Amino acid sequence: MKKIIKYVVLDILRNRILVSYTVLLLVVSMLLLCLTDNGTKALLSLLNIVLIVLPLVSIIFSTIYYYNASAFIELLVCQPLRRTKILLSVYVGLALSLLIAFCVGVGVPLLIFDGSITAVLLIVVGMALTVIFSALAILGSVIMRDKARGIGVAILSWFYFSLLYDGLVLFLLFQFSDYPLEKPAVVMGALNPIDLGRIIVLLRLDSAAMMGYTGAVFASFFGSVGGMLTAFVLLLIWMGWPLCWALRRFNRKDL
Amino acid sequence: MIRFTNIYKRFGRLQALDNINLSFPASKSVALIGPNGSGKTTLIKSLLGMVVPDKGDITFKDSSILGSCDYRANIGYMPQISSYPENMTISQVMEMMKDIRQYNKLDEDLVKAFKLPQLAGKPMRTLSGGTRQKVSACLAFLFNPEVLVLDEPTAGLDPVASGILQDKILQETKNGKLVLITSHILSELDDLVDEVAYLQDGKVQFHKQVAALQAETGEQKLVRAMARVMENGGL
Amino acid sequence: MERAISIILLWLLPLHAWARVWTVKASVKTTLQQAATGDTVIVPAGVYYEKGLVIDKAVYLKGVGKPVLDGESKYEVVLILASHVTLEGFVIRHSGFSDWKDLAGIKLGNVRHVTIKNNILEETFFGIYCQQSDSCVIAGNILRSNASQRVQSGNGIHCWHCDNMQLTGNTVTQHRDGIYFEFVTNSLIKGNRSFRNVRYGLHFMFSHNDHYEDNIFEHNEAGVSVMFSHGVDMKRNRFAGNQGGGAYGILLKEITDSRMEQSHFEDNTVGIYMEGTTRVQVTANVFKTNGWAMKVQASCSENRITHNNFFGNTFDVATNGSLVLNNFDNNYWDKYEGYDLNRDGKGDVPYHPVSLYAMVADKNPAVMMLYHSFMVSLLDRTEKVMPGITPVNLVDRAPFMKPLAL
Repeated sequence: MKKIIKYVVLDILRNRILVSYTVLLLVVSMLLLCLTDNGTKALLSLLNIVLIVLPLVSIIFSTIYYYNASAFIELLVCQPLRRTKILLSVYVGLALSLLIAFCVGVGVPLLIFDGSITAVLLIVVGMALTVIFSALAILGSVIMRDKARGIGVAILSWFYFSLLYDGLVLFLLFQFSDYPLEKPAVVMGALNPIDLGRIIVLLRLDSAAMMGYTGAVFASFFGSVGGMLTAFVLLLIWMGWPLCWALRRFNRKDL
Repeated sequence: MIRFTNIYKRFGRLQALDNINLSFPASKSVALIGPNGSGKTTLIKSLLGMVVPDKGDITFKDSSILGSCDYRANIGYMPQISSYPENMTISQVMEMMKDIRQYNKLDEDLVKAFKLPQLAGKPMRTLSGGTRQKVSACLAFLFNPEVLVLDEPTAGLDPVASGILQDKILQETKNGKLVLITSHILSELDDLVDEVAYLQDGKVQFHKQVAALQAETGEQKLVRAMARVMENGGL
Repeated sequence: MERAISIILLWLLPLHAWARVWTVKASVKTTLQQAATGDTVIVPAGVYYEKGLVIDKAVYLKGVGKPVLDGESKYEVVLILASHVTLEGFVIRHSGFSDWKDLAGIKLGNVRHVTIKNNILEETFFGIYCQQSDSCVIAGNILRSNASQRVQSGNGIHCWHCDNMQLTGNTVTQHRDGIYFEFVTNSLIKGNRSFRNVRYGLHFMFSHNDHYEDNIFEHNEAGVSVMFSHGVDMKRNRFAGNQGGGAYGILLKEITDSRMEQSHFEDNTVGIYMEGTTRVQVTANVFKTNGWAMKVQASCSENRITHNNFFGNTFDVATNGSLVLNNFDNNYWDKYEGYDLNRDGKGDVPYHPVSLYAMVADKNPAVMMLYHSFMVSLLDRTEKVMPGITPVNLVDRAPFMKPLAL
């Protein structure tokens, strides 16, 4: 299994798109961190990158890679290897490469130029989102036989998680604004990994405001150590379930 | 050595395999023939675990292969269309396969015969279809498997390479291995195979010794023998 | 003038030929009875249970080696009923707690020119309680109670109907209000630190013409709240870490003709909350990483907010109506994205410090969970281009391009 991961990682790291993605991230984060004199502002811009660009690149890149590697996967399937191991290795290799890209592009500059707890939190959230969205990509690709459809599903799910879902939540919050909504809001936040990651960083970055009106339920839930842990466990679940589903599907799949 | 028992497989509306019962002994060379879409490739893929049958059982040395993977260490597979990680060179691919298989009694006859070491540094994406086939063939034989599954082995190969491969197949059969070949080009199979299994619409039409077939039809060439069979409307 | 004379007199007192120096042997009370006006009473180290020490003549009571006056959680520890008393160098602890009486560590009743300095007050109900006194000095005391563990709690330094007071260099923590004034005028509050009190760090009302300088108010449950006063002059104070639903760096209610200058507001849920204030100058302050730097209610008028720096606040300004009668010109806002073509250091396009989402969140707090999301950024951008909900005339017409040196 380690070997396959090694080959996948070596294969991806030589991929031009991934290299340019890394360089782009690096340039953007360096520019933001060096040119803005205000740490909070740079962190905010990086947060936007982590919440929007990162999931998009992760899911699209992973999907395309999976389809391009389908022959390679078939080759592996005829070898004396468990299917679970094969898919898991491909997934781990993919996620690992994307993580390396993210860490080099955003993580290292953030640690060097900022190094605050918020920055560390941002990196952790970015890593989690990378892993989650490549897992979602694997799931989509395993289910969809057709490459074009698979990419379509990937783009749609990114669109859903980063925009549509929030729109929906906003709509609900306004429709039912006469009711106490803090608890449902917490639940709704947990059902979208991007929101979850955003809230984790938000509670540090804007802790003062979050302690305001919404503070009672919101900050006491996510702001406490237990809440933080809960949030990270939820993120772990978000990494886990698409992968488990994908593995089950893949075990029964005809190649 | 290999036995298919009541295998069914349906893809949507198409019944790809319909109650297949076949068994192949060791040190034989068997041709799987049949028109396009008759289920040859599906059958091979189900043997390799790439397709999971809806019903039935496949055994390898009397133990079921369904849900297991270790038996594949004894199978060498040369696919119809092969593709490999695009950025890797030939030698990297070979090394990777060796690495995964962890097997040290390597059979590198074909590697030498095809003069692959001279191309070792070339990335897979730059290779022609024929060269890829050569790589596939080498990989299939490399680990000395007891069963060889060759899907259209000579399709993209030039006559010289084709000849080398045929010789190798014969030699391995003599060495006591089971070779399963699918091919459209029946003329190639004449000297190569001992048995013929004919599939149509997912069903086994017949499975016979070549000698028996020749005797029944009175034809020496496989092409003609098959033509005769079809003229007679099966058997 | 009066104050100056009294201070000189106070200085001279021990030098008077007739002044005697007493040293306490067993009971402070007994020694006090023997002493005469103008005498010095030295209290050596030890624990004294005086069951309510009353000082009714002008003496200089000096603790040497931090003697402890213990109220056994029953009594008011020290009651000063004479002017010109000085109380210095004691540890005063365990005053009584009561539902109906304001028991204190040190109480001043209707006196003048009393000095309370360098004492440590521990676990007292009220700390230093001054009523109807004037020209008193309360300096360098440390007041530490345990209000957060108790049902009842009193204020640290509590003044009622006082004038011309001086509170300097005191530290107050774990009381109800750190410093509480009601009808206190012409006083100076300087260099005090009030933190982790269960209600307000500083709380006053009807207290006019007071000066607050170099004080620190941190991590109080509800921040600082001041009301119904005029002529309040606040300089170089620090309001930090006051977080919670009803916590304010400072809440200004019905404050008129006052100044807030060179102060720092950091990590507060709301930096300054203004309600019904008039003619308040908010100048040269730094607002940093607050939830809302300022909430200015529509009932405020003629306030001027200028030359302040706003950094990293979640929201810069929020308001609750469309009426704006205050001036927000010439501040630095880190969220400003305009340009300066004529290079005069001020942006050429106005800045609207009220964001759409601040107003939305005000009406429907739960939507804060979507803050910073793609969706919300889009909404905010749209509002910036076509203002529909945010008040158009709450605007900085010439915001600074670079932060001011403050």
